[in-house]
Amino acid sequence: MQYLPNILFALLLFCGIGFFVINVRKLIRNIQLGRKTDRSDQKGQRWRNMARIALGQSKMVRRPIAGVLHIIVYVGFVIINIEVLEIVIDGLFGTHRALSFMGGFYGFLIGFFEVLALLVLIAVIVFWLRRMVVRIPRFWNKEMKGFPKNDALYILYFEMVLMILFLTMNATDVHFQEANSGNVISQFITPWFQGLNPATVHAIERSAWWLHIVGILIFLNYLYYSKHLHILLAFPNTYYAKLTPKGQFDNLASVTAEVEMMLDPAADPYAVTSEEEADGVPEKFGAEDVFDLDRIQLLNAYTCTECGRCTSVCPANITGKELSPRAIMMKTRDRLEEVGKNIDKNGSFVPDGKGLIDTIKPEEIWACTTCNACVEECPVSIDPLSIILAMRRFQVMEKSAAPQELNAMMTNIENNAAPWQYNQLDRLNWKDEE
Amino acid sequence: MNVPTMAEFMAEGKQPEVLFWVGCAGSFDDRAKKITKAFVKILQKAKVDFAVLGTEEGCSGDPAKRAGNEFLFQMQAMTNIEVMNGYGIKKVVTTCPHCFNTLKNEYPGLGGDYAVMHHTEFLKQLLSEGKITIEGGIYKGKRITFHDPCYLGRANDIYEAPRDLIQKLEVELIEMKRCKRNGLCCGAGGAQMFKEPEKGNKDINVERTEEALDTQSEIIATGCPFCNTMMTDGVKNKNKEATVQVLDVAELIANAQEL
Repeated sequence: MQYLPNILFALLLFCGIGFFVINVRKLIRNIQLGRKTDRSDQKGQRWRNMARIALGQSKMVRRPIAGVLHIIVYVGFVIINIEVLEIVIDGLFGTHRALSFMGGFYGFLIGFFEVLALLVLIAVIVFWLRRMVVRIPRFWNKEMKGFPKNDALYILYFEMVLMILFLTMNATDVHFQEANSGNVISQFITPWFQGLNPATVHAIERSAWWLHIVGILIFLNYLYYSKHLHILLAFPNTYYAKLTPKGQFDNLASVTAEVEMMLDPAADPYAVTSEEEADGVPEKFGAEDVFDLDRIQLLNAYTCTECGRCTSVCPANITGKELSPRAIMMKTRDRLEEVGKNIDKNGSFVPDGKGLIDTIKPEEIWACTTCNACVEECPVSIDPLSIILAMRRFQVMEKSAAPQELNAMMTNIENNAAPWQYNQLDRLNWKDEE
Repeated sequence: MNVPTMAEFMAEGKQPEVLFWVGCAGSFDDRAKKITKAFVKILQKAKVDFAVLGTEEGCSGDPAKRAGNEFLFQMQAMTNIEVMNGYGIKKVVTTCPHCFNTLKNEYPGLGGDYAVMHHTEFLKQLLSEGKITIEGGIYKGKRITFHDPCYLGRANDIYEAPRDLIQKLEVELIEMKRCKRNGLCCGAGGAQMFKEPEKGNKDINVERTEEALDTQSEIIATGCPFCNTMMTDGVKNKNKEATVQVLDVAELIANAQEL
């Protein structure tokens, strides 16, 4: 009977981590629905980018207030997890503060955690104020209604509660307070519990301890359902991000084969088949659904934490157009999740008559100026522009559904090698004009 | 003006040092042609050994590619590459950031490998080699702001070359609120130049022009024929064309030296 809490704890830990692993596998499966893409080059540069952008938060601090607050929460989150290690040991083996044998150093560590916990609490409260009181516009765009708005708030509440529980747990731990080492913040909370009988204080301490670890496990499992996956995915996402100049868009290899054939009068029209056609699957140009995007683009969608920096710098969005780069990422993820659920239910994907083109509308993709402001701005190197381009390619090359004026422009290029209706033979006339 | 073509060079069995890629706007658009001519005047003054493709040049394919028509882009690219490789071209300079980006970044994968420079980089190089001198002239002491073309700035991380040139004009260079990597697009990129904007509450070029006008500058400088058109339209929209000019960096330099 005395081992009951330990067994309960082990069970809880097993379920919490097990459920998380199931979801991570689902996440990986969904990302692998995308096309393979080779980003195995320049490993040194990729590691450096990850260290600088994800680990070092270099792009976050371009907006100093949010950046510094975010670093506090990020550092706090990473470091306080060392405390979770002790909680796990105590929980499994029935010890109490198993790491306290380290003496003065333990006090130093816990003291450090307590300071961080207070800073995180303050930072998260400021985040909440920025969202709900200052009402910074990027948190109030139209794609932020309903779940996306609440999702962001739930995460802030979660973090507040976890930090309060951590400090309460320390404040009500009589032995810890008596040792008077590392209780730099909690010693000021302890007096609030004076006058309660020791059993009650102990019960509060135990409750805070249990709720803290249960809260962490719930948070871990909430990640997959929330916008908060960036705490894990920012690392692979910055690693795999594009390294070529931002203006460089990929040349479709499948098109190259066909164009070479068209331009070569001696070519045998039956000789050239692209890889996919050789497999009997007809080549599709551009993206109609998540399957047509590459795995990096799908990873991008899961990584997006909906901060909206991209949308706040998008020239189309600033001037009231339908396009929002953040919404492009959110819709891509929503569709990918829908496809994932379809697979969960049916074993493999059963066509549902829907696609990405049903949620991302033409007026969105045709409002983009390809200016790369969104790509430059994203703190975790997400590339919404590549999805917009893939969808334009589908609209133009598969559906011939470009806006009328663009069709005219393209016809001109085809006929006279300029986007306007001028004769190519007049191209040098300017030199003789006054 | 005397502007030699690659065909003429070839007929004489010679090879110019650099190809000046004029681009469609620079060839046909009345406003952009002035930029082309200003740049040619500087090249001639600096005695640069250059040639153009003339009637053998065709659209780089940038608007087609960014509109999603990869077929048309690659058709254009391969046609141009065939012409340029036929002439054995090694070095290219262009006054259009869109052509610059496409030739520099997207042609190599299709067999067209050239050292491509934007004209502001090229001019800066001429300056450092002592082949041109830049003085303020009529612009001395004026307030100038520089609008970063997206395909020069963010797309290729070139922010300083145009600014270094403008500084040489002994002017007061005033940055807009959003500049360099945070620069706001003029609204023309991604083939938007060739279509009406999607439904919204404002035109992008007006938004950007307002930022430029906020700097109280007499001149809005840029380095792209399309940005030039958009900003010029923006200035007209704000009824400021009497007091604010939109000029390319090449025009500023040519005018200041009274070329």
